Amino acid sequence: MSKGKLALYWAASCGGCEIAVLGIDTHILDVAAAFDIVFWPCATDGKVRDVEKMPDGSIDLCLFNGGIRTSEQEYMAQLMRRKSKVLVAFGSCAHEGCIPGLANLYNRKVIFDTVYKEGSSTFPENPKDFRPQPSTDVPEGKLSLPIFYDTLKTLDQTVEVDYYLPGCPPEAKNIWAALVAVLEGKLPPKGSVIGVNTTVCDECPRKRNEKKIKKFHRTWEIIPDEETCLLEQGLICCGVATRAGCGALCPQVNSPCIGCHGPNEGVDDYGARLMSALASVIDSQDPAEIQRIIEEGIPDPVGTFYRFSLAASQLRRGSKRAVNGAGTVKHVAQEA
Amino acid sequence: MKRISIDPITRLEGHGKIDIFLNEQGDVANAYLQIPELRGFEQFCVGRPVEDMPNLTARICGVCPEAHHMAATKALDAVFHVDPPPTAKKLRELFYSIFFATDHTTHFYALGGPDFVVGPTAPKAQRNILGVIAKVGMDVAGKVLKMRRDGHELIKMMGGRPVHPNWGLPGGVSRGINQEQRKTIEQLGRDAIEFAKFSLKLFDDLVLKNTEYVKLITGDVYVHRTYNMGMVDANNCTNFYDGKIRVTSPSGKEHAKYDPADYRQYVAERVEPWTYLKFPYLKQVGWKGFVDGEDSGVYKATPLSRCNAADGMATPLANAEYKRMYETLGGKPIHHTLATHWARLIEILYAAERWVELATDPEITGKDYRGLPTQTPTEGVGCVEAPRGTLTHHYWTDSRGIVTKVNLIVGTTNNNAPISMSVKRAAEKLIRGGKVSEGLLNMVEMAFRAYDPCFGCATHSLPGQMPLEVNIRGPQGQLLERLTQYVG
Repeated sequence: MSKGKLALYWAASCGGCEIAVLGIDTHILDVAAAFDIVFWPCATDGKVRDVEKMPDGSIDLCLFNGGIRTSEQEYMAQLMRRKSKVLVAFGSCAHEGCIPGLANLYNRKVIFDTVYKEGSSTFPENPKDFRPQPSTDVPEGKLSLPIFYDTLKTLDQTVEVDYYLPGCPPEAKNIWAALVAVLEGKLPPKGSVIGVNTTVCDECPRKRNEKKIKKFHRTWEIIPDEETCLLEQGLICCGVATRAGCGALCPQVNSPCIGCHGPNEGVDDYGARLMSALASVIDSQDPAEIQRIIEEGIPDPVGTFYRFSLAASQLRRGSKRAVNGAGTVKHVAQEA
Repeated sequence: MKRISIDPITRLEGHGKIDIFLNEQGDVANAYLQIPELRGFEQFCVGRPVEDMPNLTARICGVCPEAHHMAATKALDAVFHVDPPPTAKKLRELFYSIFFATDHTTHFYALGGPDFVVGPTAPKAQRNILGVIAKVGMDVAGKVLKMRRDGHELIKMMGGRPVHPNWGLPGGVSRGINQEQRKTIEQLGRDAIEFAKFSLKLFDDLVLKNTEYVKLITGDVYVHRTYNMGMVDANNCTNFYDGKIRVTSPSGKEHAKYDPADYRQYVAERVEPWTYLKFPYLKQVGWKGFVDGEDSGVYKATPLSRCNAADGMATPLANAEYKRMYETLGGKPIHHTLATHWARLIEILYAAERWVELATDPEITGKDYRGLPTQTPTEGVGCVEAPRGTLTHHYWTDSRGIVTKVNLIVGTTNNNAPISMSVKRAAEKLIRGGKVSEGLLNMVEMAFRAYDPCFGCATHSLPGQMPLEVNIRGPQGQLLERLTQYVG
């Protein structure tokens, strides 16, 4: 078999996906044996201009991590799509927007004012009230910056995506399994998430009984026992709605699942799925009591249900005009 | 006016860009380091439950998520006014020491190492991690890989995940360790001490015994006489997890020593319209532009800065190495930024010694790893030393513990102004009369690399090369000359 051409790119990301790729350890040598890595800014040579010169469709596989926040990232998404036969949204940011997608509760002006305005929550010295500009005249010439958009988009809201690899970041064993699937030509149907189709609960070693919740606890309110299901103990564990594949790592250190793998097949909206799963464990028929249980235990619904998936959700973002979006579901829903 | 764009630095693609302007005589008029992105954590964390902050802010950086996770966790202690039990504090510092030793190892061998181990004048094709392996042998490469693998395994064992742990809570951590885990941690910690000693010996043999390298380190291209910042314990020894922030002047005198919660009296941030990243500086000295000296508020927060700001290291082997560094390079403070690589190795040794100290502490397997908060949450600052500089998280909440304001000063951001100055200085030394030396590319690369900058973590990369492209343009922007290295 001739060597395939592989590219990896990062957009609005933290670098954790790159570290996760290095986490496949000695398999990186197998990757080097099976693929020519034609573009990977983090780890190898190569320039954007070199990619621009490649024939369209000449890259066999592109693993693209990070969301799309700036004009430069949008251009790179379009370029990598054009040049690649198979484009994978790699990791939570490209897949669902991830935590940086929570910025969609606000707009550029609000974010810039918070970060750069004198006397704001930070303490910049900015008497001339500067904001970063696409173009700035300095004494020696002109300096340019990519445009920062109001909304962070997922990769498939920007270009057509062939496959998704979930996780923040994806686990090394899943990365390797996906690469093997590509090499062996055993990819699932186009548009699929590469991974198992069960929930984190199915991988969790904790003991499960019937769940009946009279009160949801914040993580700092109780010390859960180390063996019983965390949701049964009243902690908001997202495992019930979250795709498996990690091995239930967080519950094993006594921490609730935070939902980084996103939803299973057939679920359109992760947050709606998690909401309905949690609603079904509330042990009350009294609307007033139910209201109280939810309000006390889940003070930030959007940040709880859409922690990783707001940008990809049916809500997508909060009001663009909001100057002080506190991030409630009600607030988001008004403009969705 | 001519312009040289290092545009983009490939490893910083999307994450960093340098523009160098030449005057009519062809000498450097100015240099700008631009950071072309922002994600806005300080805004979108508003409205979130504050206990989510260790997990949310870890996503600032996937290379050092442990640092953000820990700063955030300490900020939660302060927000909830809860003092973690001794076992909790020790577990956190143990975890943090493992992280530090692992992260510094990656930097030294994959990035800094090639310049010294293989040599700054070696053929470009050899100046990478593969060249390092060729020079020192597979045996050493195996040691480096083991050190990294051990570190990540232990981080996963304690914190739940190898990248983005889910472990810190106000008043402690979510789970402790048992005796069997403790034994593994101790054993791997002893290996880490040997690895650190080995690395310092390697530095000795390959760098310090080579007069050319010593000349490079102590030469005038990589000097900036700035203030230095670092966290110290009660004896003014470096500490990564907790203590007071000490700032010393370019002449080595104590400028300030303060509780991290008071940071806003000492540090302010400058905004420029041509970059998304702010420039912190010492408030009481003031912003005088991109210049060094006693009158300029520019400071550095790096491994070398931590050494300069401290009186010593708290563990015996690291302290002996600390003294030897200052004796060798002519006393304190050291302003030669390339010595940062040496300081980084000394910090690996300190982290490994501390790792074993804590792993053998009788309280480390205690069951008392969490204290529950009892007071109403308000406001709090959490501060640790990240590998790349002092890291400060500051949160304000309402009475339910919902975040109302956030301020963050991230490790590399401290060094935004000094890195810009180092780039400019390297350019000034090499560009005269419009002639650009081939060496500029590597000299700029080395100026950057000493800081281990983490603009999107771009330089934490395997082959240890930073492909550069310098375009020299005339006043109308026409391309006059193009110089490249490591490019396609």
